[in-house]
Amino acid sequence: MSVGVVMLVHTALKRAEQVIRHWSAAGCPVVIHVDKNVDRTVYDEFVNSVADLPDVLFSKRHRCEWGTWGIVAASQSASSLMLEKFPAVRHVYLASGSCLPLRPIKDLQEYLGKRPRTDFIESATTADVPWTQGGLDFERFTLRFPFSWRKHRFLFDRYVEFQRRFKMYRRVPDGIVPHMGSQWWCLTRQTLSAILEDPDRGVYDAYFKRVWIPDESYFQTLVRLYSQNIESRSLTLSKFDYQGKPHIFYDDHLQLLRRSDCFVARKIWPDADRLYENFLNEENPLKGAEPNPGKIDRIFAKAVERRTRGRAGLFMQSRLPRAGHENGFTSAPYSVFEGFADLFEDFEPWLARMTGTRVHGRLYSKAGVEFEGRQKTFSGAMSSNAKLRDHHAQSFLINLIWNTRGERQCFQFGPADSQFVSWDMAKDPNAQISVISGAWAIPLFQSNRNFSEIRAEAAELQRIESEHLEALRSPWAKARIRIWTLADFIETPMEALQTVLDEMGAKNLRRVTEAPKMADLNGFGQFLQNLKNQGMHPYLMGDFPTESSPVNDRPSRRKPYLVR
Amino acid sequence: MGAWTSYRLRIQRKRWHIRARRKSRELTVHKDRTNQIKRGDILLFSTFRNEDVRLPYFFKYYRDLGVDHFIMVDNESDDGGGEYAAMQPDVSVWTAKGSYRRSRFGVDWLNYLQRKYADGHWTLVVDPDEFFVYPFCDTRPIRALTDWLDASDIRSFGAMLLDMYPKGRLDAVPYKKGQDPIEIASWFDSGNYTFAKNHLYYNLWIQGGPRARMFFEDEPWRAPALNKTPLIKWDKNYAYVSSTHMVLPRGLNLVYDEWGGEKASGILLHAKFLDTFGEKAAEELSRGQHYASSQEYKAYAEGIAQHPDLWCKWSEKYINWRQLEILGLMSKGNWA
Repeated sequence: MSVGVVMLVHTALKRAEQVIRHWSAAGCPVVIHVDKNVDRTVYDEFVNSVADLPDVLFSKRHRCEWGTWGIVAASQSASSLMLEKFPAVRHVYLASGSCLPLRPIKDLQEYLGKRPRTDFIESATTADVPWTQGGLDFERFTLRFPFSWRKHRFLFDRYVEFQRRFKMYRRVPDGIVPHMGSQWWCLTRQTLSAILEDPDRGVYDAYFKRVWIPDESYFQTLVRLYSQNIESRSLTLSKFDYQGKPHIFYDDHLQLLRRSDCFVARKIWPDADRLYENFLNEENPLKGAEPNPGKIDRIFAKAVERRTRGRAGLFMQSRLPRAGHENGFTSAPYSVFEGFADLFEDFEPWLARMTGTRVHGRLYSKAGVEFEGRQKTFSGAMSSNAKLRDHHAQSFLINLIWNTRGERQCFQFGPADSQFVSWDMAKDPNAQISVISGAWAIPLFQSNRNFSEIRAEAAELQRIESEHLEALRSPWAKARIRIWTLADFIETPMEALQTVLDEMGAKNLRRVTEAPKMADLNGFGQFLQNLKNQGMHPYLMGDFPTESSPVNDRPSRRKPYLVR
Repeated sequence: MGAWTSYRLRIQRKRWHIRARRKSRELTVHKDRTNQIKRGDILLFSTFRNEDVRLPYFFKYYRDLGVDHFIMVDNESDDGGGEYAAMQPDVSVWTAKGSYRRSRFGVDWLNYLQRKYADGHWTLVVDPDEFFVYPFCDTRPIRALTDWLDASDIRSFGAMLLDMYPKGRLDAVPYKKGQDPIEIASWFDSGNYTFAKNHLYYNLWIQGGPRARMFFEDEPWRAPALNKTPLIKWDKNYAYVSSTHMVLPRGLNLVYDEWGGEKASGILLHAKFLDTFGEKAAEELSRGQHYASSQEYKAYAEGIAQHPDLWCKWSEKYINWRQLEILGLMSKGNWA
C-alpha cells in the first residue's frame, strides 16, 4: 500500500468508476473528489456504485471551475483525507477521472518504491518556459483575476489592462518563488504533509486564491520549500495544444500509448472503448522501463505546428493566409525564364535535357496555358484554358507549384503574356527569375507583318516589360533575380546560362556541355534602327550595334583551363 | 461601420426566420419520430427528391458515422423514396409541396425544422449525394469530432465539396441500390481550386474541380461554389443563407485561418456524377428549379449530351481521408 490515488472527477463518471476499480484492485486506496457542479442524485448514485470497494473514500466537495482556486482546494481536502486515513501510503498520486493507467499498477508501485524520497512534479520558473498562453506568465502571480476567463473574457481582459496601466501589482509572499508546471503530480507523504500542515498555509492560500490558474502553480511553488528531491516531470502523460487545452487520446492511439511506457495518460476520450478495454483488462507485462513519450510528443508538436504555421505554399479551405502571413507564397522553388525562348530556338527541350526538371512553355500565354508537351491538363487536373487560369491567376501559380511538390518547375514568361502574377513572382523568395530584357523584339523581327503593326506592338511590349522590370527591381522583390539586356547576354551567352543553371541546384553539377541554338540575328540591329527611325525607341535590349552580324551557328564555349 | 453591418445582417437573419416560418406551411408531417431525440444527439438534416436509389446507402453511411437522428424533407418524390425513409426507425420525414426554388433550394424548409428541433444539437446538413469525410473518420465516430470541437470552443466545421466522377462515360456502370457510390465515382480533381473571401459574410468562395474545368471554361465566375459549412452546433437563432455555403451569424463562416495556420476541416464527397445524372439533369432543366435559373444544369445538359469523360490522366483516385489531407484538400488542424 505504498501509493494512494487522489482522483478529481467531474464528468464521465462511468469511466471514472472503471478506473477506480482498476486502482483499487491493485491495492491502492483511492480518495475521490467530485465537482460540486455534479448533480446531487448523480453523485449519490456514483457513491453507491463504488460502495463495494474497500479503501475508497469521498472527500469534501468544492466547486471546480477551470483556472480557479476550486481545483486546488479539492486537491488539498482529498490529500489531507488520504494522509489521515491511510497511514501506510508513501506516495500520493493526483489523477483525474479521465486519466487512464497504461502500465500495471504494480509497475508503478515498484517504480515509486525504488524512489521513496522523490517527488514527481513538474516545476519551473516562469521566466524560463514558454508554456503560458495569452502573455500572462509572471503576471499571473502579480495581478488579480476576479472575472472568469471563460465566461467574461471581455471583463477579464479589460481588468488586466487596467491593472497594468495603473501598476496595481500584488506582492508575492516572502520566501516563495513562483513556479509552475503540469497540475498532475505525485508527491511523498513527507512533502505533501509539510505543505498541508505549514503554519503559514493561511498566507499562501490567501495569496494563491487570487492567482491565475493556481492548480498549475500552488503545489509547484510550495514543493520547492520542502522537497528533498524533486524530479521535475509529471508521471502523467498529458499534452497541451497551443491554446492550453489538453490533447485527447482516442482508440487509434492505442499502439502509441502502449509504446510510450508512461504510467498514466490523460486525457482519454470517454467513448474510447478500445483503450479502456485494453489497458484495464489486459495483462501488460511488467517492464520497469522509464516512461518514453517521445513519439507522442512529436505527433502533438506537429499538430500544434500545423495549426499555427500550416504547410507553406498551401492555400485551402481552412487556410487562407492574409498577405504577408503566408509563410511562403509558394511551396517550392521554381524558375522563370523571360526572353530565353525568344532568343534560343530549342530552349525548352535543351533546358529539360540539361536540368532534368519539368519545363513548360509560356504558362501565362494569352492563347492558352502551354504546359509541358502542350497537354490539355496537368498535375492536379489543372486546365490549360486561359480564362480559367486568369479567373484566379495567383491560384494557378500556387496550385501548380503545390501539385508538383518534389519536382522543380520551369516556365517561360514575357510581356506578351497576361501579367497578373508579375508582382507575386517578384515578391516570392521561391522564384528564380532570369530575364533577357528586350528579347521580345526577336519574334517581331522574324515575323512577316506590316511594319506599322510591328511598331505598335513593340511599343506596347516594351511598356509592359519595363513595368515588369520595375517590379523586379523594387525593394519588395524577394525573388532571386537576374536581368541581362539582350545585347549583354549575347556577348557571353554560355556564362550567363551556366550561372542560371548553377543556381538552380545540385542536380546540375557538370558544366554545360551543349548549347541551345541561337536565333539568327542577322539584320536585327538594322531592325531596331528602323524602329528608332519610326520614333519608337527600343531601349530594353541595350546597345545593339546596327552593323553587327551576330553569329548564327552554335556559339563556342570558352574552354575551361584544365590541368590534367 | 462594423456595428451597422452587423445590425443589417441581424435584420437579414430575422427575415430568413420569418420567411422560413412562412414556408413551413408547405410542409406536412409524414412520419414524426422527433420525440426520440435525446439531449446531445447528433442530427442530420436533408432535402431530397426522387433519390430512392441513393437513400439506403446514405442512411447506412451516416448511421455508421454515428448520426443519431435524421430529419428529411421529401420534395414530392414519386419513386417511393419518401415511404422508404419513413420506414426507417431513426428518421423523421416531412413532405414539402411547394417549389424547390422558391423555398431557396430547401433552405427555408430546413431552417424552419432546424430552428424547431436542432437547438443545442450538433447538426449536419447534407444532400443525399454528399458524404462527409473528416480527419480520422475511419477510426473515430463523428461524436469524437463534435466532442473535440466542443472542448475547443469551435461552433462550426467546414467541409469543401469535392466532385467525384467515374472514369469513362457516366452511364457506363449503373449504380445499384445500397451500393457505395464512391466505388463507381472514385476519381476527383486534386489541385485546381481557387479561393476568395466574401468580405460581407466572411465565408470563402471556392470554385474549381471537374465542373469548372469541363462546363464553365468560358464563364469561370459562374462555376458552382464548393465551400460548405455542413456541421454546426446549432442554435435556434442561426440561419443558413444560401444552401450550406453561407450561414448567419457570419462568425460561423470563419472556418479558415488567416494567419498562416490550418484549421481542421473535412470534405464532402459529392457523388453526383453517376448514371442517374443525365436523367436528373434533364428533369431539373425542365423543372427549372435550380440555382441561377438552372444555369448549371443547362451547361450540364449541353455537356452531358456528348457524354464527356470528366476523367483526365491527372485525376486522382480516392483512397481515404489521409490522402485528401496530404493533397492539401482538408486538414487535421491541431486535432491529433
